[in-house]
Amino acid sequence: MPHDHHDHLSPSGHPYRADDDTSLSYWQTMEIAVRELLVENGVTTAAEIAVQIETMDARNPSNGAKVVARAWADPAFHAALMDNAGDATRDMGFDIGPLKLIAVENTADVHNMIVCTLCSCYPRNLLGLPPDWYKSRAYRSRTVREPRSVLAEFGVNLADTTQVRVHDSTADMRYIVIPARPQGTENMSQTELAALVTRDSMIGTGVAKTP
Amino acid sequence: MFDPENPARRWHDMGGNAAGPVPTDQHDFSMWEKRVDALMIIGSAKGYFTVDGLRRVLEDMGEDAFEKMTYYERWIASVNQNLIEGGAYTTAQLAEKMAQVAARGDTYGDAAKPT
Amino acid sequence: MTQTVRVKTLMPPGHVRTPAYLRGKIGVIERSLGAFPNPEDLAYGHSAAAKPLHRVRFTMAEVWGDAAENPDDTLDAEIYEHWLDPCDAP
Repeated sequence: MPHDHHDHLSPSGHPYRADDDTSLSYWQTMEIAVRELLVENGVTTAAEIAVQIETMDARNPSNGAKVVARAWADPAFHAALMDNAGDATRDMGFDIGPLKLIAVENTADVHNMIVCTLCSCYPRNLLGLPPDWYKSRAYRSRTVREPRSVLAEFGVNLADTTQVRVHDSTADMRYIVIPARPQGTENMSQTELAALVTRDSMIGTGVAKTP
Repeated sequence: MFDPENPARRWHDMGGNAAGPVPTDQHDFSMWEKRVDALMIIGSAKGYFTVDGLRRVLEDMGEDAFEKMTYYERWIASVNQNLIEGGAYTTAQLAEKMAQVAARGDTYGDAAKPT
Repeated sequence: MTQTVRVKTLMPPGHVRTPAYLRGKIGVIERSLGAFPNPEDLAYGHSAAAKPLHRVRFTMAEVWGDAAENPDDTLDAEIYEHWLDPCDAP
């Protein structure tokens, strides 16, 4: 059986889905044809496509976790991040391209969460590709109207006194939530802190883990 | 869902609608999906279309496509439409190439190997 | 641009980035973001003039009325200036 990528693991450590061995779909046929035409017509090269895939694979939630951990530990970086999260993240060395990023911060009184009701905008150049639920009809539809019910489905139950701020990414900005720093982490290194920061905590559908 | 009482509201503009529980299923992206993603980034980086052009075609494909096609199936349909509109290749070239690809074999792995 | 704004109630059939659920709603500019190429032109492959973009904050009470889960929760969205009219605070 053909396996042109049998050794490759996805960023989550799982094998890629075995698309090679299922029957060829119309849309897969289109993808192959479009890709080969772009190469034949000189628009791109096979190497450029491979590099782009590697670049996206390298973008994943651990990058955002490092940004959050530094914001918790480094007041000057925190200030720079809240002022211009895109520039602060680029200055930290992450390849996020032209991403225009805004950081919103959770506190004891405020909980932020991110959605894109019109499509599925996501800070992909920092956190990688969005989870499937983020692109779902249910999340896109309900989050702006009943954020607390959606949060409860994710296991996040907020006090009535906590204000929820929903951010609908309708245009050119992308958003990252800076989750509240858990208690009992005062003496932890940035590496240890980063391990507490989950993908969902940076979308606002989760909170940081407690040590 | 199309609302005859409000025909101007488009299907994709779904903020505030009632819907069921948020699904928790997650899949790892397969190679063909990653390739679609890369073609979208490269096609737009080279000026053949914009992300707004991608969205415009996705919206115009309609709600039925949203319900019945997977995310990257919709994306390759939109990327292709935008590339044809942008002049990257012709419909005739696409037709020839898709026929060649389909003739290579019955699996993605076979068809993705150029002859 | 005034700080308190109302989102226009227009509903054109083309590609726009102003969500329907905010049309006619009154909010406050949280911050201005500068000017960006108009997506309503970009979507159709036209050259696009840069248009001012603002982040507007609405209360859930304003957006959903009595149906709001918590009236004091807020909703922020990026809205192009050509979709906003100045208005008095509600």
